[in-house]
Amino acid sequence: MSGKSLFEKIWEEHAVEELPGGETLLYIDRHLLYELTCAVALRRLREAGRRVRRADRTWAVADHMLSTAPGRGPESFPPAIPYLRALERSSRDAGIPYVGPDDPRQGIVHVVAAETGVVLPGMTVACGDSHTCTLGALGAVAFGIGTGGIEQVLVTQALPVRRPPVMAVQVEGGLASVVCAKDLALYLIGRLGAEGAAGHAVEFMGSAVRALPMEGRFTLCNLAVEFGARFALIAPDEETASWLHAAGVDGAGSTAWPEAACADAHFDARHAFDIDGLAPQITWGTGPAQVCAVTDAVPDPASLGAAQAAAAERALDYMGLRPGQPLRGLPVDDVFIGSCTNGRLSDLRAAAAVVGSRRVAPGVRAWVVPGSRTVARAAQAEGLHEIFLAAGFEWREPGCSLCVAVNGEAVPAGHRAVSTSNRNFEHRQGRGARTHLASPASAAAAAIAGSIADPREF
Amino acid sequence: MEPLTCIEAPAAPLLRENIDTDALFPAAWAWDFETDYAAALFANWRYLDGRSIEDPDFVLNRNGYRGARILIAGGNFGCGSSREHAVWALAAFGIRVVIAVSFAEIFRGNAIANGVLPVSLPRASVEALARAARAHPGAPFRVDLVRGSIRDCEGNGVAFAIEAAARERLLAGVDDIDIACARIAAIERFEAARPPGRH
Ligand code: SF4
Repeated sequence: MSGKSLFEKIWEEHAVEELPGGETLLYIDRHLLYELTCAVALRRLREAGRRVRRADRTWAVADHMLSTAPGRGPESFPPAIPYLRALERSSRDAGIPYVGPDDPRQGIVHVVAAETGVVLPGMTVACGDSHTCTLGALGAVAFGIGTGGIEQVLVTQALPVRRPPVMAVQVEGGLASVVCAKDLALYLIGRLGAEGAAGHAVEFMGSAVRALPMEGRFTLCNLAVEFGARFALIAPDEETASWLHAAGVDGAGSTAWPEAACADAHFDARHAFDIDGLAPQITWGTGPAQVCAVTDAVPDPASLGAAQAAAAERALDYMGLRPGQPLRGLPVDDVFIGSCTNGRLSDLRAAAAVVGSRRVAPGVRAWVVPGSRTVARAAQAEGLHEIFLAAGFEWREPGCSLCVAVNGEAVPAGHRAVSTSNRNFEHRQGRGARTHLASPASAAAAAIAGSIADPREF
Repeated sequence: MEPLTCIEAPAAPLLRENIDTDALFPAAWAWDFETDYAAALFANWRYLDGRSIEDPDFVLNRNGYRGARILIAGGNFGCGSSREHAVWALAAFGIRVVIAVSFAEIFRGNAIANGVLPVSLPRASVEALARAARAHPGAPFRVDLVRGSIRDCEGNGVAFAIEAAARERLLAGVDDIDIACARIAAIERFEAARPPGRH
């Protein structure tokens, strides 16, 4: 009989019972709340007279709707006020720890939950956000749920979930300097397609994954949802432990950490990639799977399959691009460095290294939005903010900002943006915004050049 | 939640791939706590200004499809953000059935929880249904969840399958939260039996 995958080990330890319909009732160790999707759930709960069952396993933060304007206050974005009030009030009433806009730990939910030790290896984690899989980089079963799911977890601390098949994604090889986890993740999305791991839990493994620093692992797991995975995991190791230690998270719980998949673990699907020589990646279309090397030209839709061709044609029309056009050199209006994908200290370091003593090209609006106050403080201690400010970047307050553009900030219509976030869907960063997803180094290079650029040339 | 057994209504063809939840419900429509979910559906595609001026070319603005209760789409429908607002917008508009080549998982769960039936069919079948819907705008399709069958407006039938648990929930129209509360005793037992030192 074959051994177990890491996913199965954690899953089985949290299975309350098997339900008649074929789902597992899964116990949730940590339930993460934020204002945008949770305010409605909390209100419905209150109206129905139901109680939060385990406030001690619940945790809330303000992120999506907060203005990131320097010196922000509630008046910076008034529509957020009722949401923040609802979250704060419900949290206080129920005894849920709440990290509000002025808390020194404030930041994007997936960033803060890791750096504060709210989530640890071996846990099950649910949050009303599809990028919750980010936290799987710690070796946790972390997944996104809808509002109905939020309500159920609040009231019971468990959720019926269909047990997914597990897919091993093995990545061998090494990344050249400047090429980072974001490039690797975009490359995998391009190779596997938007539905490559649909319905699966993904376990990343292999020498390239082991070699990734912890923050790169968060980036990789974050983007797994863009090839369809609801869960993504990396087995915890020395790197995990030392990152948590450096973050000041008590390592005492480490004896309870789960071990990697058994050597003979059964996987329902397997993919293997060799990424030696990988070039920086950038998206050309309106889905993360529409991606290529920065040195490539925009593909010809006719060269893709029928269904993909129609989508590609539509994407090129929206993006204002022609087949065969080189990506490098395309003029850029906006640059966004931030989000739960690439808003951590190492991301800001990589961007600052490209910037050096250069200046943002005239006419480009370039923003750096740290993933959390903790990240911002660490970056400031190293003087990174000075590099950005001297270059002409805006150094802003932490939040989701231009990743989802639900806080009053947006990329203006028709503008071409290079963004370190995770979704380049039509209108995602603002109505009519044309988004190219890329790494922090590539985004910094674009800000300096004023056009899409290859960061290896900086 | 309103039970769903059989629906006889027009079907709107929107054969695009990867229709994401940002398209279904643009995030900025959440700025209003009491937002109009029916108006928000596909707002960036439905309105020339993203807010109120209808684009006459968009399918749901065309004669015959305004009253659609069935939507026909391509693959990976509902990908992207987990926002349940996407399903609320569909339901508020009146869409109770989405027929697609495939669905993103979180969306699919959200749909079932809100009484919206997700039907996955092979691409050829979806395309055939879309052709029929395009040829006869507003002509009714019949989607029968009890029998697991679709009859398009030209009288062609196609069978579909959905897992028993989802089918029962949709047919009965039960709210998940009520079922969930009945499980608390089992959850308490699980908590009590957990080895110490576990999270
Ligand atoms: S940064 Fe973007 S993807 Fe991450 S939690 Fe915020 S909105 Fe979601």
